[in-house]
Amino acid sequence: MTSDCKRREFFGLMVSSVLSLSPTVRQSVDSLPGSGPSGRLWDPSRAGRPLEPVVAADNDAAIQAIEKRLHCTCGCGLDVYTCRTTDFTCTTSPAMHQHVVTLAQQGKSAQEILDAFVRESGVAILMAPPKRGFNLAGYFTPSLVILVAGVLLVLALRRWTRGAPAPIPAPPPPPDASPAELERLRHELEQFQE
Amino acid sequence: MTLLGNLALWVALLLGVWGAITGFVGGLYARPDLERSARNAVFAMCGALVLAVFTLEWALFHHDFNVEYVAAYTSRNLPIFYTWSALYAGQKGSLLFWATVLSLFGSLAQLFTARRHRVYLPFVAGVVCTVAAFFVTVMLFAANPFGRLPYTPADGSGLNPQLQNPGMVFHPPMLYLGYISMTIPFAFAIAALASKQLDSDWLIAIRKWTLVSWLFLSIGLVLGMWWAYVELGWGGYWAWDPVENAALLPWLTMTAFLHSVMIQEKRGMLKKWNLALVIGSWLLSIMGTFITRSGVISSVHSFTESPVGYYFAFFLLFAAVTSFTLYTRRLPLLTAEARLESMVSREAGFLFNNLLLVGIAFSVLWGTLFPILSEAIQGTKVTVGPPFFNQVNIPLGLALLALTGIGPLIAWRRASLPNLQRQFAVPVTAGVFTGLVLLLLRMRDFYALLAIAIGGFVLATVIQEFARGTRARRRQYREPAPLALAHLVARNRRRYGGYVVHTGIVVLFIAFAGMAFKTETEATLKPGESATVRSPYGWTYSFTHLGISQYDQLNRLVTAATIDVRRDGKRLGLLTTEKRQHVDALGRPTFQPSTEVGIRSDPLEDLYVVLGGVVGGTEQAVFRFTINPLVWWVWYGGMIVVLGGLIVMWPGGGSPAVKRAQAGYAVRLVGEEK
Repeated sequence: MTSDCKRREFFGLMVSSVLSLSPTVRQSVDSLPGSGPSGRLWDPSRAGRPLEPVVAADNDAAIQAIEKRLHCTCGCGLDVYTCRTTDFTCTTSPAMHQHVVTLAQQGKSAQEILDAFVRESGVAILMAPPKRGFNLAGYFTPSLVILVAGVLLVLALRRWTRGAPAPIPAPPPPPDASPAELERLRHELEQFQE
Repeated sequence: MTLLGNLALWVALLLGVWGAITGFVGGLYARPDLERSARNAVFAMCGALVLAVFTLEWALFHHDFNVEYVAAYTSRNLPIFYTWSALYAGQKGSLLFWATVLSLFGSLAQLFTARRHRVYLPFVAGVVCTVAAFFVTVMLFAANPFGRLPYTPADGSGLNPQLQNPGMVFHPPMLYLGYISMTIPFAFAIAALASKQLDSDWLIAIRKWTLVSWLFLSIGLVLGMWWAYVELGWGGYWAWDPVENAALLPWLTMTAFLHSVMIQEKRGMLKKWNLALVIGSWLLSIMGTFITRSGVISSVHSFTESPVGYYFAFFLLFAAVTSFTLYTRRLPLLTAEARLESMVSREAGFLFNNLLLVGIAFSVLWGTLFPILSEAIQGTKVTVGPPFFNQVNIPLGLALLALTGIGPLIAWRRASLPNLQRQFAVPVTAGVFTGLVLLLLRMRDFYALLAIAIGGFVLATVIQEFARGTRARRRQYREPAPLALAHLVARNRRRYGGYVVHTGIVVLFIAFAGMAFKTETEATLKPGESATVRSPYGWTYSFTHLGISQYDQLNRLVTAATIDVRRDGKRLGLLTTEKRQHVDALGRPTFQPSTEVGIRSDPLEDLYVVLGGVVGGTEQAVFRFTINPLVWWVWYGGMIVVLGGLIVMWPGGGSPAVKRAQAGYAVRLVGEEK
């Protein structure tokens, strides 16, 4: 039986196996079986798009609040923050995030940043339309319709109940009713209300 | 086999047209021969459509990739479970599924409707055949699931990874069953209008169907939320997406109907309103289908833009005009049998409940369609996302929650002041006490505090109702408490099942309030490094990245990161989050890598970990750590709602006449012998 192993490789294997038995040998940084040497993945392409390390601006609450008011234009329907922290294949939301960070670093306020995006991409870039002009109809029509319907309902109820028969007063319990009879009466009244 | 499928569709279409004509003509001219023919047409159409489904499933399981639908939604290595569910994964297959289930429901309605409601059945057959024929027409002329490709690919494209989740196997059929079963109450409503049999008899015929439909919609909505939560990875379960809204709309109007129908049954009132609600709910279900399939509104859930949208728009318009024309012509026949006696009565409470439910439905519809309206009127497209919907709907939802508690406390017909004081004392105290405790615990989110305080009030209402009923039975029948409670529920399933539903709704609202305290952070970790996140309850969670492993599994290549989780130093266990690259049987990538979330759930909060990706091809990885308080209760709240619905619709519980005699209503209850 022949072997493909050369002499140098054979001695190398011998040395490494002896070292592996020694308690002083340095452990690999790999923490789990299956991971590649020196923390490299066996096939990085399986793990999706390569990412940059997170920086402080990525967790900045003020930046996130702005991004939650901006609509990602990749077609996902999500806001920029949700898209960039959910759909890691999207390249649009990270770019928009970078733009927000750049504007914030220039000292612009949240409103100025939003205005800059609206100037560049139109009002559809906002997750909720601004409260002006026709958009006011968007915000207030439902409440107005429910309010008007509520008023109409109250008026209708008043009209309907006006002609209703007067309530019949409950007859007083017989003076000689026993506690058991009174209890039964109370129970039946409760049943009546069901 | 596809030839057989196409043939089955053509036969179904001809039977549908025949059943529609004979159903309406037979019903209008009282022709028993035509009525029988319409009934048989429904059965035969059902048989033809079941054959078409069988044919498509045959093609799916035999990997006949020359069939375009099979190639587009399956691959050779797709697990068998998902191969089966590919039937409704795409537009064309789901249309077939819809038409088949509709014909099946139509057949069940023909078979199991009580003899005394037979007068409606020819019209019901007519409506079912019309709707099913429409769906088959769309399939034959715009979206044929049996269409063939000019070549045969070696393997199919596979199913979208996000659809390869057990939730997605059950969620769409449940929603479809809800939508589809709504056609039967609608068919009975049209039958009542067409036959002029507009007393409350048709309501008895549809009672079970409306509950079935509402129950399926409820299950579908909760399963959809669960799927979005565990599969999409954005850390939430409801995004006010147009397709989610489309499913919510008929649920809201059906819920309104389930309340207002009680007034018609007990008092003979609101006949016009109830008919309008049934018709409106069905139209909303068709509109939901139109929104999902037309591409008119962009949504992450919708099928690709296709010509079927035009078919649905036309059908929706035709159905709305026809139904409401018939409805308007019959208005003079829809007079109330009794008068409302007081503004402070349960009837009035139900009317306000209906106002809010329909108002919320209008508000959701308005928000969903506003981008189209804005573009048409001012030429500017706007985005209407969660900030808009939350702003408009949260106050309305809280008002509705409050009414959920107020309604059962007010007596039917007329409530007296002493009665109100006696009924409201404990629940109001419970609500105020809950609010004060939350304030003392430093809860400062206004809506969350209000939701939980109102929830306390409603729960106290429900407990009070159960306690009083049980106590009354114990006194009267000398029963032990558990037996008295069981008998109480069994004797009046609708009422106490309804209270169970209310409990589920309270649990859901409290769970929704929890999301106000969602906490999240992103971190890049090398193996051995940790990130800490502080939870809203004050605990400190530490997430330690242990490492990444890569392996092959079923039809995917997996990259899995393992995280060690500790709370205030105490070890809780491991969480695994994955990136999955799906491949076909030839090992070719089929979709972009998808994310599998690592979730640790307990009644107080969920730990939700997402592997974003890796840095420079190493084990250094980007994670998102989210703490979602009270999410656990969304699923259990949903289960309680479904349990309550099942109690309500469980057969038995005494005859209507007995129930009526117990309650002592002045107006004849529907279904009672004349």
